[in-house]
Amino acid sequence: MYAPGDRVRVDSRWQSGHCRTPYYLKGRVGVVVSAVGIYRNPERLAYHKPGLPPRRLYRVRFRQEDIWVNYTDGGFDTVEADLFEHWLLPVAEELTS
Amino acid sequence: MTAHQHHDHHAHPHAASEDHDEVTEYHLLEQAIRELLIESGVLTAADIQRQIENQESRTPALGSRIVARAWSDAEFRRKLVESPTATVAALGIDMSNTPELRVLENTETLHHVVVCTLCSCYPRMILGVPPAWYKSREYRARVVHEPRAVLKEFGLGLPGNVEVRVVDSTADLRYLVLPMRPAGTESLGEEDLARLVGRDAMIGTGIARNPDA
Repeated sequence: MYAPGDRVRVDSRWQSGHCRTPYYLKGRVGVVVSAVGIYRNPERLAYHKPGLPPRRLYRVRFRQEDIWVNYTDGGFDTVEADLFEHWLLPVAEELTS
Repeated sequence: MTAHQHHDHHAHPHAASEDHDEVTEYHLLEQAIRELLIESGVLTAADIQRQIENQESRTPALGSRIVARAWSDAEFRRKLVESPTATVAALGIDMSNTPELRVLENTETLHHVVVCTLCSCYPRMILGVPPAWYKSREYRARVVHEPRAVLKEFGLGLPGNVEVRVVDSTADLRYLVLPMRPAGTESLGEEDLARLVGRDAMIGTGIARNPDA
């Protein structure tokens, strides 16, 4: 479970089939803006599965500079996306390990 | 007949591509699925007709009304941002059975622009059917990595001190941009204000119109 302000990394694992995590955010680090709610997992719903257990969904904000190496348009431009918990990894743990 | 004459003879090069009667594989697929759903009792033809009529009755005018009210009524605006679905229901706009709505407030230093990079998610219940460009691969791919260039092509140049925030509707929420109220509109009522709010201003590829424009 994450709280607003937590730094998270988007898992870069490959998963075939329906996936609501866009490729361009995989492996990138962002900050949790808010916990949006709990929803049935669309990656399973897409195949007529019940999508249970339901998953926590978060708004995560990324700095454009952290997504694209050559982003030159503006130092503080951002991207926000809604990402499910099972695609997020805690960044603090990464740093201490 | 010479090649040149032959070319002239076909003076309407777009005629074929504008022929909407042409049946593609997707038409056949849609028709087959529709007939199966009806035959197996999942839906009736009337259900489908009603849903099409419902979708087509939704236009950006609904969104414009919401924005104009938010500009005119601070309490409404506060509630709209806090619990959008319940608040627009008070305007008679039914959003039950649709994905949850969120409102993104533009300010002097923050400009939102909405995209769905994965497919074409769009707040249809208040903006109607999305424009073709919204669903295009070009818009979806480019707006996340060169938003300022894309906005410029829409005629919107933003100064460097404005943060451009691209909001990718990747999951269960749909987004409405609440544009800034143009200057010089203090005396306007809600109906006149709503006329200043076009579809693009609510996607974030534009801003609200000036009253003298």
